[in-house]
Amino acid sequence: MGLWLAAPDFFKARQLLSLATATSPVLVAAMGVSMVILCRQIDISIGSQFALCSVFVGLAAQRGGGPGELLALAMGVGGLMGAVNGALVAGVGLPSIVVTLATMVTWRESLRWWREGEFVRDLPETFQWFGAAQSSGQWMVIGAGVSVLGGMVWFTQFCSGGRFIYAVGSDPEAARLAGIRPRMVTFLVFVAAGAFTGLAASLNAVRFTDVDPKTGTGLEMQAIAAVVVGGVAVSGGRGRVLGVFAGVLLLACIGPGLVFLNLPPQWERAIQGGIILLAVASDGFSARTGHRNAISGGKHHA
Amino acid sequence: MNNALLELRSISKAFQGVVALREVSFDLRPGELHALLGENGAGKSTLIKIITGAHAPDSGEIWVDGQWVKGLDPRKAHRLGVAAIYQQPALFPDLSVAENFALALEPPSPFRRVRWALRREQASQLLRRVGARIDPDTFVSELSMPEQQLVEIAKALGAGARVLIMDEPTASLTREEVGTLLGLIRVLKAEGVGIIYISHRLPEIFEVADRITVLRDGASVGTFAAGDLDESELIRRMVGRALTSEYPPALSEPGEIRLEARGLGCARWGVPEVSFQVRSGEIVGLSGLVGAGRTELARVLFGITPADSGQILVEGREVRIQSPRDAVDAGICYLPEDRRRHGVVLEMSLASNISLAVHRKLFPRGWIRDGAERELACKLIGDLAVKCSNGEALAGDLSGGNQQKVAMARWLAAGPRVLLLDEPTQGVDVGAKGEIHRLIRSLTNQGMAVLMISSDLPELLGLSDRILVMRGGCLVSEFGRGEATSDGVMAAALGKGGVEL
Repeated sequence: MGLWLAAPDFFKARQLLSLATATSPVLVAAMGVSMVILCRQIDISIGSQFALCSVFVGLAAQRGGGPGELLALAMGVGGLMGAVNGALVAGVGLPSIVVTLATMVTWRESLRWWREGEFVRDLPETFQWFGAAQSSGQWMVIGAGVSVLGGMVWFTQFCSGGRFIYAVGSDPEAARLAGIRPRMVTFLVFVAAGAFTGLAASLNAVRFTDVDPKTGTGLEMQAIAAVVVGGVAVSGGRGRVLGVFAGVLLLACIGPGLVFLNLPPQWERAIQGGIILLAVASDGFSARTGHRNAISGGKHHA
Repeated sequence: MNNALLELRSISKAFQGVVALREVSFDLRPGELHALLGENGAGKSTLIKIITGAHAPDSGEIWVDGQWVKGLDPRKAHRLGVAAIYQQPALFPDLSVAENFALALEPPSPFRRVRWALRREQASQLLRRVGARIDPDTFVSELSMPEQQLVEIAKALGAGARVLIMDEPTASLTREEVGTLLGLIRVLKAEGVGIIYISHRLPEIFEVADRITVLRDGASVGTFAAGDLDESELIRRMVGRALTSEYPPALSEPGEIRLEARGLGCARWGVPEVSFQVRSGEIVGLSGLVGAGRTELARVLFGITPADSGQILVEGREVRIQSPRDAVDAGICYLPEDRRRHGVVLEMSLASNISLAVHRKLFPRGWIRDGAERELACKLIGDLAVKCSNGEALAGDLSGGNQQKVAMARWLAAGPRVLLLDEPTQGVDVGAKGEIHRLIRSLTNQGMAVLMISSDLPELLGLSDRILVMRGGCLVSEFGRGEATSDGVMAAALGKGGVEL
């Protein structure tokens, strides 16, 4: 609101369109991460997955892959990397923070070793914006983001699978006693997060004429921040996908908002950090009042 | 009674309206072993927690050394010389014995220089005092269970404990180890330490106890000199109460065999080999002390810890149960003991909880039909008289009894052939208890087969058509409806008399 009063130009259609296009991939990645966090896990490897998928998409485009093939390839590669996380977390039973920290470093470093930091250039004309004009291409990317959002709202609120994710995230043992297979649910959630990251990578790649192998650095933090700001409990089982959408929008507006308000852009990260703290703190306070009598209040999830 | 080390006067305590202790008085003299006895849930643990300061009593007075102590908390209790040793030692496994002592005994201060030699010397002294031959540099994780217990006792003595509480200290010990421990107890008594001793092993109690206080339903039945009682009298005092006749009767004879276990076992979880049958329309009660293997048996039947030997038959057909999902598919449903944690998903609505186990049946296409879910929830909420505003209320906001009904509603939605109930009325208030009893009976009257684990003897005797008693992972006795008496069941559970199978 304040932003609208102070800088009405900010809401000019063209600005909004480009902001929405740039935000779409983050939204798609955040959708995947929100499922993981709802399931009481975490995935910090999506930034590296994103980079690897982007490079694969670029190379496939060089060899003349069509848009459909590129999307399938990206989601397949992402899903495969997600399956590695899922197998280690759900199958072997390792803590997800450690597993995804390891895969984050592994994917990133293998990519560096393989590409030696080289950009994927000389992409065919048909690559950028899926071969369409910029404006219709932008609408395609936004459309993809919005469809994913709609699909996720439907899935988490109105499908058995979504319900199972909430149940496993709230209380894996109770879910198991209700005949749900928590390990299978957890595995599939990681696979889905990988596939979503692959989709996000291809939506991002078509915005440019080449692919930077360092792309996606810090994406995991952006996505996790959006999920947390969106009201999803880090302890799992609580939160809405639409809240995550709001979180993505809020965090995405800060950078451009600062520019329009003629404030130094260095403040972007600090403000984002402040918003995240605020979100977590309000969650913590409401949880604290709920468990006022619990002696274990001190070790309550942050 | 001025020479009492510790005296409790008319202590009462209730948890969320459920009375745990009612006007209990208790005293402990120096050099005395005072045994505290009672069934599971009689209030022993609550009393112990009040003495150690973990719970504050709602009313009543605590006197130590003739002084009224107000606002007792764990720190104050520790300073006054109260120490408790539980069945599972509370030591840090990755620290050495000497370091464990130091954490409890040396004054806490972040930058105090550690004098290792002194620390080690003090540790060996303490260990010698309890007659333990343990190197103070050993890691606790390398010690056996009885060794850890000795370390615990040594730690308590080092802290100047004069009131030593021992909760089932011999539960995990072998016969010789028990002998050693009892020897140590005699030494401590001679040194003037007062010991409060909780155990289900009656022979042990008669060997070392000076006085015995019996709790029942949160009230003290009385304090007796150990010489004035014999075992059967003691058992009678532990369970003896008139059975209320409010339990709904069975309307028909049991029908065909619904559930049969043949030589069922899961060695890893302490169920060696169990065979039994449950018929349609029958409530079979499963009795035994805590740790007798009742819950473990239910978990094997439900596939949480799958059986490694034997067979499970449902309606005469053998079923393979490797996971709870297999069990649900076979028509076996399980209402777990720890309802507050695992019976319902606290963060979900009632309707979601009720439909959770029947998604594949109710929503075969994978998406949730709100109408069908609401209809199912409404019907079961009505049938079971769950007290709530509507199906959208969160399960976590309900009372214990109503959560239990929701957990049951979930399984009724699955249309089970056999219902396994584990302590179905634990922590449930009296009114809801009666409702749950009537509900269970009306289910069997419609042909359900129920296996009910319960530590509540009146409930077990009043509701069950047949009672099986477990001890040490085995079925040791069986009582028909007419033959079961509280004394008989308790004696069988404790391993004394009864009809051996």
